[in-house]
Amino acid sequence: MENQEVFDKVVGILKPFAKNEEALGGISLETSLMKDLEVNSARLVDIVLEIEDTFDIEVSDDDADQVNTVGDAVKLIVAATT
Amino acid sequence: MWPEALFPVWESPVSKAERRVVITGLGVLAPNGHGVDAFSAALREGRSGIRHHAHLEEAKFGCQVGGIPENVEQFQGQYLTDEELFAMNANMIYAAIGSIDAWTDAGFEVPGLDGEAHWDAGAIIGTGIGGIDTISETLGPQVDAGKVRRLGSTMVEQIMSSGNSARIAGKLALGNQVSTNSSACNTGTEAIIQAMQRIRNGHAVRMLAGGSEGHSHYIWAGFDAMRVLNRTKNDDPEAASRPLSASAAGFIPGSGAGVLMLEELESAQARGARIYAEILGGALNCGGHRQGGSMTAPNPDSVQRCIRGALSDAGIAGSDVNAINGHLTATFADPHEVNNWSKALEVAPGNMPHVHSTKSLIGHGLGAAGGLECVASILELHHGFVHGSVNCEDLHEDLTDFAACVVHETIDVPDLSIIAKASFGFGDVNGCIIFKKFD
Repeated sequence: MENQEVFDKVVGILKPFAKNEEALGGISLETSLMKDLEVNSARLVDIVLEIEDTFDIEVSDDDADQVNTVGDAVKLIVAATT
Repeated sequence: MWPEALFPVWESPVSKAERRVVITGLGVLAPNGHGVDAFSAALREGRSGIRHHAHLEEAKFGCQVGGIPENVEQFQGQYLTDEELFAMNANMIYAAIGSIDAWTDAGFEVPGLDGEAHWDAGAIIGTGIGGIDTISETLGPQVDAGKVRRLGSTMVEQIMSSGNSARIAGKLALGNQVSTNSSACNTGTEAIIQAMQRIRNGHAVRMLAGGSEGHSHYIWAGFDAMRVLNRTKNDDPEAASRPLSASAAGFIPGSGAGVLMLEELESAQARGARIYAEILGGALNCGGHRQGGSMTAPNPDSVQRCIRGALSDAGIAGSDVNAINGHLTATFADPHEVNNWSKALEVAPGNMPHVHSTKSLIGHGLGAAGGLECVASILELHHGFVHGSVNCEDLHEDLTDFAACVVHETIDVPDLSIIAKASFGFGDVNGCIIFKKFD
């Protein structure tokens, strides 16, 4: 899967959880889920479940804990699907 | 002594003994209407919200009709974000819509995420059963399948009893007491009385109060199994809820939310708020499952004590009451209830005030019932009418002496001044409130 396609799907997953509309509008690989998008920390587990369902992968708890930015999520997904 | 930070921002100029509580906002999501105007019109026109529901028939319910607020999915996004809805079941959504409506109806804006909490405003929004749809459809099946991890983050907030009020606290930045009470069918009425007491005590300036209940068939199944729901009118839903009737054969389950904004009078007047009505008083008690009372039946002495307690708290005589919005569910208990009213008010059957049941139009909203029916009562006071209690054209034979007081079709009562509203719940618990048109 192309990185851009993964990125677009990740943005789609994050959209309902993002509280900062401005940060969502300027989203990039460097965007932080919690600091920039102001995602509620409790919802990170729901985002991981959405990623698993969307890309048909399994994400370990340790790997999930390493996801801080959009780029972290894209990198994790690309590694699991190639 | 309260910590300083908990003191209301508003300092009342009147003493505790003289403090009066008024209603400055209403929120209602009922099977026959959403919003004050739609609900008021539905009551006036005697429009029923009871419908046949195919999913109840498919699940082999004896009673296949019920009251469910309509088209909520079409407007819930105007109240709640996608992320909020992701973590909410029907009970929570109904409570939030009713509460936000009551808040804005009282003249307040829904706040943004920045800024301080409203330290002087709280909420007591009860529920009878709560998030059992979430438990039945998601929690149980996933856990039994060994998929605990798949539950995600939203289970606790959906199944904790206080889930409905907790969400409202965040939406409206409430900084005073935020809680969910539960006393079966007395829940909404109890919430309003507790909120009244909190304002009287000076611990809050304004409180959202009422009740909510989802429409899950998992909530209604237990009642169906008890055979306390009417299973004789599945082909005629609008005739199914028959309080006071000789052919009453059980109640019809309902759902939704009814929420009041209670406020200290001086605060309401200081900000120029519209005042719908005053709460003169209220009382709560329990029959202790004695003297004929049980888990499912009321102790008649406790019912009468509760009504008399409310009259006493309000400082009025039974003969001052112009109308009764009864609990009146359409079970064997209706004639007993009317007799209890007569004894407690000390008014002979032939001189009783107008008697009617909002459940005849919307069914029994369980934890939402008290809130929904209090909204109905206040709208009646505000607009000067008593809505028709439908489907009792064949009045129960034990109510013959009371025939003159039963309101079959909506009547205008321009001088309507005082309504008594009561709720009686499983557990032998009672609540009674006295509302007065504000002068």
